[in-house]
Amino acid sequence: MTDAKDERRPAGELEASVLAALWAAGTSQTPGQVQLSLGRHLARTTVTTILSRLHDKGVVDRRREGRGYAYFPVRDVPDTHGLTARRMHSELDRDSDRETVLARFVAQLSPDDERILRGLLEPGDR
Amino acid sequence: MTVLLLLPLLLPCALPALARRALDRLTPAVALWAVAGCAVLLAGCSVLALGVSVLTGLLKLPLFAALGELVLPLRTASAVFVVPAAAASAGALAVCGWALVRSARHQTRAFRAARAEARGATAAGDVCVVDSPRADAYALPGRPHRVVVTTAMLRTLDGPEREALFAHERAHLQGGHHYFLAAAELAAHCHPALRAVRGTIRLAAERAADEAAAASVGDRRTTARAVARAALAAQAARSARPGVAPGAAGGPVPQRVQALLAAPRAPRAGRAIATLLVACTALSCIASATAAADVHHRVEVAQGDENP
Repeated sequence: MTDAKDERRPAGELEASVLAALWAAGTSQTPGQVQLSLGRHLARTTVTTILSRLHDKGVVDRRREGRGYAYFPVRDVPDTHGLTARRMHSELDRDSDRETVLARFVAQLSPDDERILRGLLEPGDR
Repeated sequence: MTVLLLLPLLLPCALPALARRALDRLTPAVALWAVAGCAVLLAGCSVLALGVSVLTGLLKLPLFAALGELVLPLRTASAVFVVPAAAASAGALAVCGWALVRSARHQTRAFRAARAEARGATAAGDVCVVDSPRADAYALPGRPHRVVVTTAMLRTLDGPEREALFAHERAHLQGGHHYFLAAAELAAHCHPALRAVRGTIRLAAERAADEAAAASVGDRRTTARAVARAALAAQAARSARPGVAPGAAGGPVPQRVQALLAAPRAPRAGRAIATLLVACTALSCIASATAAADVHHRVEVAQGDENP
């Protein structure tokens, strides 16, 4: 995977990756930290540009840290998300064959599946 | 004629085994097309056969014979056989119809709930992040397509694994996999034997998206690790364990991880299985179409429009 290939990806995909990195971190992140935790190779200036674009859209917030900014994702009213998510899960959990039209990333595991998966992951991956 | 009507009802029983082999031997994207296409055609043929059987039975009854303007008795096998068969077919059709309506309602409700969830989430590009302690991610088709992922899932994975997840869900959306999943659902309710095929079609869609993700990320091992870690995290968040009996090779997730860890296989002996699938489907289509044409001809004869 080359830098050039990553820089050429649609802007939306880059924004998604940067926002995901911020949410995954859990604490505020400088552009340098985001650059390190990204799964793709982006120039730091690109990361900074994307972060300020996300900030303009109101998706992330920032505070001064040293000479630059540290960014963190904006949580809306904390409860509304939790509520929607919980309502959704209770809605979907009612059906045994729930993941039909929505293509879920992973299906349910049986206890045996869990054992096999843990065996497949290398010790460091678990 | 009875044989012609029985064939479309019996042939779907061969599809589950054929479908599993097709997924084994063909590339996942090809297997997805082939198996979903066959399942829909076989489902359609079996419904057509049931419909023809019901129609024949009805026309044996004097009331419906009069309504159908039959001047001669409809020439069929003995009424002792045809009428109960028609009643059974009508029952089967009613059950199918009811199951289809119920499933459509479930799916619509789940879809609406998912859309509502995505609306309330923070979005960047094509990804919606839902702040939730449950690890979950799915592709939400619509305009525009969205990848919905919870914060718990994002925290489970590292950077490259998150890219694999996004690439996987984007592959679902770009491939229009929700149409295949909907087709699998439809077929599953039309014939009980096609229920087992639903799982194979789902697995084929996941495998196709996994391969696309591995190609996009450029690393099969990273993609495999993303799937495995996501599944374990999602499982940890679930309260109830499913009561399904696992197969020898494990459920769909271990199969996907194993396939990713293995080197990509050159399709082997794929032509034979593809031919079998096509033959099975073609036989079913020909049988049901011939039966329908035959009944149509007999009705015309009974109406006095045609000579026997």
